[in-house]
Amino acid sequence: MAAAISRSSETLVKISNLSFAYDDRPILTGINMEIPRGKVVAIMGSSGCGKTTTLRLVGGQLKPTSGKVEVSGQTVHLLNSDDLYELRRRMGMLFQFGALFTDMSVYDNVAFQIREHTDLPEELINDLVLMKLHAVGLRGAHGLMPAELSGGMARRVALARAVALDPMLIMYDEPFAGLDPISLSIIGDLIRKLNDALGASSIIVTHDVQESLKIVDYVYFVSAGKVVAEGTPAEIKASGTPYVHQFVWGEADGPVPFHYPAVQSYAEELMGARHG
Amino acid sequence: MADSQKSKAAASLQKQRDSLASPRGTGSQGPKLEPGKSPLAHILTKLGHGVTDRLWRLGFAAHFFVAVLLNSGTALRRFQLTIREIYFSGTLSIIIILVSGLFVGMVLGLQGYDTLERYGSSEALGVLVALSLVRELGPVVAGLLFASRAGAAITAEIGLMKATEQISAMEMMAVNPIARVVAPRFWAGVISMPLLAALFSAMGIFGGYLVGVRLIGVDAGSFWSQMQATVDFREDILNGVIKSFVFGILISWIAVFEGYDADPTAEGVSRATTRTVVTSSLSILAADFILTAFMFRGS
Amino acid sequence: MMNRATLDLWVGLFVAIGLGSLLFLALKVGNLSFASGGETYQLQAKFDNIGGLKVRGAVKSAGVVVGRVSQIHLDPEAFVAVVTMHVDNRYKFPRDTFATINTSGLLGEQYIGFDVGGDAEMLKDGDTVKKTQSAVVLEKLISQFMFDKAAGDGGNAKK
Repeated sequence: MAAAISRSSETLVKISNLSFAYDDRPILTGINMEIPRGKVVAIMGSSGCGKTTTLRLVGGQLKPTSGKVEVSGQTVHLLNSDDLYELRRRMGMLFQFGALFTDMSVYDNVAFQIREHTDLPEELINDLVLMKLHAVGLRGAHGLMPAELSGGMARRVALARAVALDPMLIMYDEPFAGLDPISLSIIGDLIRKLNDALGASSIIVTHDVQESLKIVDYVYFVSAGKVVAEGTPAEIKASGTPYVHQFVWGEADGPVPFHYPAVQSYAEELMGARHG
Repeated sequence: MADSQKSKAAASLQKQRDSLASPRGTGSQGPKLEPGKSPLAHILTKLGHGVTDRLWRLGFAAHFFVAVLLNSGTALRRFQLTIREIYFSGTLSIIIILVSGLFVGMVLGLQGYDTLERYGSSEALGVLVALSLVRELGPVVAGLLFASRAGAAITAEIGLMKATEQISAMEMMAVNPIARVVAPRFWAGVISMPLLAALFSAMGIFGGYLVGVRLIGVDAGSFWSQMQATVDFREDILNGVIKSFVFGILISWIAVFEGYDADPTAEGVSRATTRTVVTSSLSILAADFILTAFMFRGS
Repeated sequence: MMNRATLDLWVGLFVAIGLGSLLFLALKVGNLSFASGGETYQLQAKFDNIGGLKVRGAVKSAGVVVGRVSQIHLDPEAFVAVVTMHVDNRYKFPRDTFATINTSGLLGEQYIGFDVGGDAEMLKDGDTVKKTQSAVVLEKLISQFMFDKAAGDGGNAKK
């Protein structure tokens, strides 16, 4: 199945047999993923299953225990810090809740990367910043401080900031978390539009099924550190795998149990309380 | 249930719970009491664990210090960043330093006069006030105030940036957060501290003058002339400046380190801020003793 | 958020006040005027007992500070103390100057006092002050006083 998607275009990010453990706790075991150029790929799974860890491994913030991550042909964890920074300049990341710099205005936040990494004159930076803000619909808000923005607006500004240098890979960490329905569809829309406009690839880590299945080209399902299912949105919706089915249709009980495991059964515990 | 069945059930239960648990784990809580070990062995293990933890942390802090120094190029080349931090650490501390300095000086004047009067040496009040402030109280008290006000603020700021993933975001944008965020705050503290200590001492001497000369009636001439004759620039004032410089380095180092190393949660940041104030205060007092022993050996 | 100009102004003000206090302390509170030095020349003097004289003690003439003690060591052959002094170039002293070790106040610090004579020739760089008077050691003074008193009483008793 993975071959089906990567046959159509070359691969930008290739994750091969990736394993990662935090101290002694294994988070990911033997993950294989491919993100082709120009496509939007979603990584889904319940909280704490290692989705965000995968993003951090791609971005080089963590080193894998075994296996490798290749971005544009380079093995990320083998790069020295100069080359890593060089690579990061071509990646954009949208953090959960935005992570805007609170001591700077919206304008300065978007201009940050441009100012740090290029020597462009202020007039040119002005044009670029306003263009990015216009793309996300917040050109008029350029003078506001992050504290004055709503959640959805902050997310959009962070998106404008992430694409400030026209990256080839954009990563989204739970971009739909905590948004109202209007902002949800705006963000989903923007993710798709920006990806296509920039000719970039996007990786979305999320557990919002409905919004993401509308916009992505391919989905990887991660559970207990392994890829348990993958496919196009249509394939996923029709999937028979119990975990995927429970996830996509939001069922209360299934492979992920409703009851937290207890020592005694409920009947035994009640009986014990009466005697004790 | 039979014992073997019980332990099997417990093991599988733990396995189920582990699969649902958060990946952060329990590593930070130290060793758990293992069945079969005596309580004494457990206490000793905990003690050893605590000591090695602290040593490891100290080593990490030292490594961090070197990293800050090596990455200070940006802070000094783009001095505007540092100036901004000097404003927040230094300029905003002026009021508290001035007021405290004034009060400490006035108290020195009162207490000093009371004691000196008994030996008929009340004219030496200027000497007493000036030496106490310039040698000790100026650097130490200003240092303690600076740690509580500016040090805590720096820790909270950096800790909060870490908790809201701003530091991570900066890393992913290929900007070194130590160079951009940490180093300017460090150097701002180092620059501000001696200035604040000098301000404190000057204000204190003025306070002593107000109480001694204006209020109580010590002769103004003797107050200043004896002070000028006894207080030596190299011995007293310069040593005081050196002390405040050393304290500045200590406080700034501790403040930025605790902020950078804080747990990225609300309680993590609050604990880090408390640690900054406590560790800075203790370090200042310890360093004061060491420096005083070196500088003022029986002269 | 403050704009750069205001920020720079406040920081500049802070640094100015800080440096100003430092200057105030150095000049008004301390004795920076002599410590900054100037040109000096070297003199030596030998004493039987320097008492509590220390390096960096003052050298005064007519109560005015004219120099500092730079070194004190023991002459291993004559067993006298050799004191090296740096005296301000502005002041020249005649060759028959007396160097005495005095105490400032009753129990204060000790310093070297120059009592000038009338010699036409002046001391030059590297010269030794020939006439010296050692420090008054308090214990010897007391024991002498008691000795005299005892002798006086004894004399009276004999009469």
